[in-house]
Amino acid sequence: MTILKVAKLVKRFGGLTAVDGVDFAFPKGKISAVIGPNGAGKTTFFNVITGIYKPDEGEIELDGKSIVNVKPHLITSRGIARTFQNIRLFGSMTVLENVMVGMHIHLKTGLFGTLLRLPRNRAEEKRSQEEAYRLLEYVGLESLLNEQANSLSYGAQRRLEIARALATRPKVLLLDEPAAGMNPRETVDLIGLIKRIRQELEITIILIEHDMRLVMELSDHILVLDYGTKIAEGIPEEIRTNPRVIEAYLGKSAAQQGVIS
Amino acid sequence: MLYLFCGFYIHKRGFNMISEILQTLPQVLVDGLTLGAVYAVVAIGYTMVYGILEFINFAHGEIFMTGAFVGTSTLLIFNTAGLLSGMPGWVAYILILVTAMLFTGLMGVGIERVAYRPLRKAPKLITLISAIGVSFLLQDIVRFIADLKTGSFLVTGISLYNENVKIKTSSIWDSFDDAFLKTNSIIVLAVAVLLMIGLDIFINRTKWGVAMRAVAQDRETASLMSINVNKVIALTFFIGSALGGGTGVLFAQQYGTIDPYIGFILGLKAFTAAVLGGIGNVRGAMFGGLFIGVLEMFSAANLGIITSGNFGGEYKDVVAFIILITILIFKPEGLFGRAVKEKV
Repeated sequence: MTILKVAKLVKRFGGLTAVDGVDFAFPKGKISAVIGPNGAGKTTFFNVITGIYKPDEGEIELDGKSIVNVKPHLITSRGIARTFQNIRLFGSMTVLENVMVGMHIHLKTGLFGTLLRLPRNRAEEKRSQEEAYRLLEYVGLESLLNEQANSLSYGAQRRLEIARALATRPKVLLLDEPAAGMNPRETVDLIGLIKRIRQELEITIILIEHDMRLVMELSDHILVLDYGTKIAEGIPEEIRTNPRVIEAYLGKSAAQQGVIS
Repeated sequence: MLYLFCGFYIHKRGFNMISEILQTLPQVLVDGLTLGAVYAVVAIGYTMVYGILEFINFAHGEIFMTGAFVGTSTLLIFNTAGLLSGMPGWVAYILILVTAMLFTGLMGVGIERVAYRPLRKAPKLITLISAIGVSFLLQDIVRFIADLKTGSFLVTGISLYNENVKIKTSSIWDSFDDAFLKTNSIIVLAVAVLLMIGLDIFINRTKWGVAMRAVAQDRETASLMSINVNKVIALTFFIGSALGGGTGVLFAQQYGTIDPYIGFILGLKAFTAAVLGGIGNVRGAMFGGLFIGVLEMFSAANLGIITSGNFGGEYKDVVAFIILITILIFKPEGLFGRAVKEKV
């Protein structure tokens, strides 16, 4: 079953076509990867899906409903959350507050409720803090909840971004290079975390990643972009041996020899 | 011998000077804090909008002025209708405060919608010019209405609290004179402090306050966390403008007569306070306002004494701004601001 579908998606910047007629159906409850050499249009692809950029042509459907021309905050509230390639936490806020920002749409207490501190509001405040704590526990940051976000280590910041994205209660989670800058040990933990999110929270995951070991181990399905166009799709085994993919990554001579390790 | 005599003379003069300054100090503090509270609340309006949009809302001084006029005219209307005599002073005070705050709050939202939002993607300079235009427009609209209704653009309102309270500061220390405090000063201080505490709780404890800080740090990321950025910006303008308008009412009650141009200089000083505290930093703006208020009153009272009459109290603004410039030369990000890191 498809949860997110893009059809003939085009995004141009002046003379450059960053995404050029991409078709893809992301299966529900699976982990899909979007890979490709630098400048292939992967992050632009994410930005178009999340509504940061409007597509010039084409269609994007979430659960069968179009999300083209829907404002970013409404796309998020319909169930698409993301993390960023260059970490974009609210650096001067605490770890807990960052997660609370993600929960914004799910908090009902208005201005007066907060000032009056009615029992109903206090109960909600408690509930939301507990939920935020559980999310931090889930990514293993619960002991750092009152730290300022930009004081965390690189790997911890990446995990906080995931917790913040989960706080929006997404159906689809987009991870933009989640392992970038992580050491091997942190990468192994991250792989475990992503698997748990898919299995326990039943969230569909779409990730951009250059770490091929992570991609091959996690992905059920891979979409390969080069110069904005789809050059291949399939299960990891197919992608690994696909001559066009190898050519895009390593050049023509390598393509004649074999396999991406 | 001559040297010794001169030394003694200077010493004696210095001593006299200090004792004269000390005598007036309680009064300087009382007046300075009252004025500073007004600056502080207006400064918050500048700093909040800057924090969210990185743009100086130069019409904010005029929003303050409009608040003063709305409050004063509401009171005059009450009076003409004969409602005021049967109403306790504090009820009338709260009524005019709420009216002026609602009016200016909604006006701020309207200004943002009409004059700033269409320019959000334009260079900041364009928006700044739009703001200057709005401020001229407000001055002239208020002047027009005031002229039409009263025959003059100088309007003297009704003071709700007029008594003077004597504070026996001389009993604390002999060197102090007693200070006199208008009852209204206490109200100005109390309302200003209440507004500031309320705002502080709002920003730090509520979901909208957290959303506001998130938008201030990174608008795009905040929108991807399901925060409606336009709503947060409108809310910021509502709160900032309502605070400015409410302070206008306090100002009109404190100083009696108002005109459509009171917003200009006061706005400049409040803006200065915001910069001094580190623009974008709400607590910094509060401190900056109080600091400039006290500094201004101190200069007004003591400049003549310190310079043996060469420079009178009318140079108070010069002194305040010289100190400000000095601080900013050494700490350009303001006292509580963080140095801006260039985004890569």
